Amino acid sequence: MAHFTKPDEGSWTEHYGLGTGPISYEDSISPEHYELERDAIFRRTWLNVGRVEQLSKKGSYFTKELDAARTSVVVVRGTDDEVRAFYNICRHRGNKLVWNDFPGEETSGVCRQFTCKYHGWRYDLEGACAFVQQEDEFFNLDKGDYGLVPVRAEVWEGFIFVNLDPDAAPLHEYMGELGAGLAGYPFHELTQVHRYRSEVRSNWKLYIDAFTEFYHAPVLHAKQAVAEESRKLQNVGYEALAYRIDGPHGMVSSWGGMSPPKDLNMVKPIERVLRSGLFGPWDVPDIGLDELPPGLNPARHPAWGLDSYLFFPNFMVLIWKTNWVLTYHYWPTSYNTHIFEGTCYFVPPKNARERLAQEMAVVTFKEYGLQDSNTLEATQTMLESRVVTEFPLNDQEILLRLLHKAAHEYVDDYQGKKGGTPVRVSAAS
Amino acid sequence: MAVLPADFADLEPFADWAIPTERSRYDKRLASTMDELQTFYDAALPRMEPAMSYLEQYDMNDLPEDGKRLLWLYCSLVTVSFPVEVWRQPRVPDSGACALDAAAEPAV
Repeated sequence: MAHFTKPDEGSWTEHYGLGTGPISYEDSISPEHYELERDAIFRRTWLNVGRVEQLSKKGSYFTKELDAARTSVVVVRGTDDEVRAFYNICRHRGNKLVWNDFPGEETSGVCRQFTCKYHGWRYDLEGACAFVQQEDEFFNLDKGDYGLVPVRAEVWEGFIFVNLDPDAAPLHEYMGELGAGLAGYPFHELTQVHRYRSEVRSNWKLYIDAFTEFYHAPVLHAKQAVAEESRKLQNVGYEALAYRIDGPHGMVSSWGGMSPPKDLNMVKPIERVLRSGLFGPWDVPDIGLDELPPGLNPARHPAWGLDSYLFFPNFMVLIWKTNWVLTYHYWPTSYNTHIFEGTCYFVPPKNARERLAQEMAVVTFKEYGLQDSNTLEATQTMLESRVVTEFPLNDQEILLRLLHKAAHEYVDDYQGKKGGTPVRVSAAS
Repeated sequence: MAVLPADFADLEPFADWAIPTERSRYDKRLASTMDELQTFYDAALPRMEPAMSYLEQYDMNDLPEDGKRLLWLYCSLVTVSFPVEVWRQPRVPDSGACALDAAAEPAV
C-alpha cells in the first residue's frame, strides 16, 4: 500500500540495482575487516572535519583526531586566507605538534606560528619550518626541507574536508550529483551551533544504518508523540517521498507535517507554548532561501519535511524545511566502537523566545539520539554472537544496502590494487 | 537575594534550575525525583509564555544577568519536560549507560 510513488521497477532497491537478498553483517563484527577499512576507506576518501566558520580569522586552527586513519591533522587558515591541513607531527623527532594536556584530545585556537612543545621548532601558518632551536648544532640542515607534511584539504559549501590520498579525485567530483544538487544552500547563515558527542559501543556503520532509515521511527520513538498520534503513525508505518543514489552517496527525502502540526493536540504541551519540536521551530526564519537548490525535495512533494544525505563514508547532512541543519559524523575507534557527533545549526536567535524554540529542537534531538544509541550496543553484541548471519532489509532500508556495499567495494578495490588475495567478507548482495 | 527578574519572583524557589549549560541541566534532571521534576514543571510551564514575552524586550546579545538566569531556567524546563510529559521517569527509557554530551553550545 504505497502512499508515495515508487519507481517503475516497483521498488527503490530494484531501481538502483542493489539486490534484494538478505545481507551479512560480518563487515560490522570482524576486527580483520575493520583493519582493512581503515586503509581502504578512511585513508582514501574525503572526510569532513569541520566548517570554515571554525576558522574565522588568519591563524585560526583546529586539530582532528583520525583514529581510523591512524593519524591526527591540524587544519589552519593561513595569512593568505587559504585553508590548509597538515599531519600533526613535528619534523624534528615526531612529537605531536598541536595538543593541550592530553595528546589524544582535539584542540583549537588562534596563533601566529605552531611551536613544538618538545624542542621549540616553529612552523608558519603555511607549514614552512620557521625556526630551529640551536640550528648550528645540526649538520647541514636546510629548514626548507623540513616543512610540515601537507594533507589535501578542500572546501564544499563551507564544509572542510581532508583526504590522506594524494591521488584522490578532487572533492567536488567526489561529492557527485548529490553534492552538486545542494550548491548554494545558505549553510553560512546557520552559525548558532550545538554539538553533541557520544562514545558508542558499536561498529560505525550500525549508527549510520540507524540514521539512514526511518522505518524504526514510528516504533522505537513511539512515546515521543502523544498516544493517539503515535498509534496512527505506527499503523501507517514509514514511507519516504523519494530516494536518490549517486556512487557511494545516497539520500532519503521525507515528509514532515509537524512544524507546525495541523492540530495542536497532536503535540506535547511544551511544544504548543514554544512552537517548536523535533522538526524545528515552527516560525521559520528567513535565511535568504528564495528557491530550494535543485537537489532538495527531489519529488517536489508539498508534504516535504526534510532530506537526509549520507556522503560516504561517515558524514550525514539533514536539511529541514524549517531552515535548520543537522550533521552527523561517525569516527571509528575500533571494529566495535566509534565516536558519534551530532551538530545542530540554526540562524543566531534574535531573542530568548527564538533561543528557547531552538533549545527545544536540540533537546528533542538528544532524547531521540539516546533512544537510538542504546539499540546499537544491543545490536552489536548479538551480531557478534553469529547466531544469525543473514538479515532481510526492506525497501525503506535501501541506504543500508548502499552503505555496506560501498564499504565492501572500497575494501575490494584496495585489496585488488595491493595485489593480494582479496579476503572477501560476504558483501551485501 | 532574588536571582530572577522581579516579575518572576514566584519562580525563585526553582532558581537552582537556572543553570547555564545543557550538560549540567541534564545531570540535575537525572539527580531529581519525579516529584521534584513535576513540581518544577507545574510551576514553570504556565509562566513560560509570560517569561518569553518579558525576555523578548531584550536583544539576545543584550540580556541582563537576571534575564539570562530566567532563560536558563526555561532551558531547564525544556530538559525536564521529557520526563514529565513523555517518559514518566528521569532517564530516557532503555538508555542505560548511554550518554550524549554537549561538546559545544552557545554561551547563553
